[in-house]
Amino acid sequence: MANVPEDLHYSKDHEWVRVDGNEAIIGITDYAQNSLGDVVYVELPKAGEEFAANESFGSVESVKAVSEVFTPVAGTVAKINEALADEPETVNSDPYGGGWMIRVKMSNSGEVDSLLTAAEYEDFTKAESE
Amino acid sequence: MACVVNDLTATAPELKRTPLNNAHRQMGGRMVDFGGWDMPVQYPAGTIEEHLRTRTRAGLFDVSHMGEIDVRGTEAIAFVNRITSNDTTKLVDGQAQYSALTTPEGTVIDDLVVYRLAADHLLLVVNASTTDKDWEWIKSNHSGESVELNNVSADYCQMALQGPDAQTILQTLTDVPLSELRYYHFTRGNIDGVAGIISRTGYTGEDGFEVYAPPDRAEQLWNKILDAGKTDTPTGVLPCGLAARNTLRLEAGMALYGNELDESTTLLEANLGWICKLDKGDFIGREALARQKAEGLKRKLAGFEVIERGIARDHQDVVVAGERVGTVTSGSPAPFLKKNIGFAYLPIEVANVGQEIQIDVRGKLVGAQVVKAPFYKRAK
Repeated sequence: MANVPEDLHYSKDHEWVRVDGNEAIIGITDYAQNSLGDVVYVELPKAGEEFAANESFGSVESVKAVSEVFTPVAGTVAKINEALADEPETVNSDPYGGGWMIRVKMSNSGEVDSLLTAAEYEDFTKAESE
Repeated sequence: MACVVNDLTATAPELKRTPLNNAHRQMGGRMVDFGGWDMPVQYPAGTIEEHLRTRTRAGLFDVSHMGEIDVRGTEAIAFVNRITSNDTTKLVDGQAQYSALTTPEGTVIDDLVVYRLAADHLLLVVNASTTDKDWEWIKSNHSGESVELNNVSADYCQMALQGPDAQTILQTLTDVPLSELRYYHFTRGNIDGVAGIISRTGYTGEDGFEVYAPPDRAEQLWNKILDAGKTDTPTGVLPCGLAARNTLRLEAGMALYGNELDESTTLLEANLGWICKLDKGDFIGREALARQKAEGLKRKLAGFEVIERGIARDHQDVVVAGERVGTVTSGSPAPFLKKNIGFAYLPIEVANVGQEIQIDVRGKLVGAQVVKAPFYKRAK
């Protein structure tokens, strides 16, 4: 069973958001990394780039597949996880910790309220895998 | 997070199943639709570990979806020799041969392995997704030779045990002296008391065996081989899915039907001149292939290695000096080599080793270089 931490917000595209003041830390969920398989490459934007909500900000590649990743909330990239360039497998081993992807300065921090709660996301993935 | 290349979603119930379907599900295989077959793309260990274990120890693959066509009769060899490109007359009993079913244009209906069981009995092992097409093609090209043709695909399960430990593991289950079985040779024999065929063949670039047996004994053999190979230990045999099968064959420079080979590419363009025996006598496509050989190729299959950051994928365009000159037929990370590699058809002028090319990776041009295939060759 996939791990879904209580204190995070979730998108239907399988990203998670951790709110830190007016910044949002974004990564992909345990469910997502598991269905993707061994991650071998992560492509991220540069700091300073701006994204609307639900815009593609990069891609995650496993041996077999390429998946785009989307911003659950709008904002400007403050920082990216540069360690993923050399150790993309951290997305598999620690999706909610060392596997984080970008930190975004939110243009509207109220946006996170429209995302799924942990319980809602869990129901959503259950329905999707049935 | 939306998949843009290969969708790894759950499969529909009407898919065909091999006799090992339950075993795959019980062991946590992730099942996908592969050409109408419900097959494991990977097991819990993951594609990279499955790939590496096969290179360094052993991997076990269910390949029961492959098709088998039985050809019997006094003219079995003459018939198969006329519809395939390699020289069937060179085979002796107990020998297998890589070959191809060719069109009159020299393009490829399918690639296959021809097994000579006896002078009047051959077994053609063909690709899963092309079995029905091959069967129709073979029947429609039969013209008067004294042969009996049977599609016996459902009569066999087939599994491949590949890797440096394959012989040691399989030897614990059979009295057949495996060390005496040479590459591309086979023998009938018992495996764990089950009568079958043991063949020293494979699709990984490693030493290994393919075992053919009755489908109702598939689970028994699968489990016995895993047990014999101490699958529960960190250096034991791993069950492997289709994703590892693909990366292993690509690293070893082997063509995949539907990617490198199809009815629009000739055997010569695919670097398979070594299975085109133009002097063996007439066969379907001989004239066209002889003409192409005399005129020279305009394009050919080239292996490449990505130099810049990025992974080339199937169907992406190849760009040279700003022009789109070809298409990637297979592109993937190579887990053992730790490189990103691929094959592409390229105009002959830009297909030489060392040629710099670019791959259009979703709108971004990524630098790559033509290299010699196979990318990986095992130490003998």
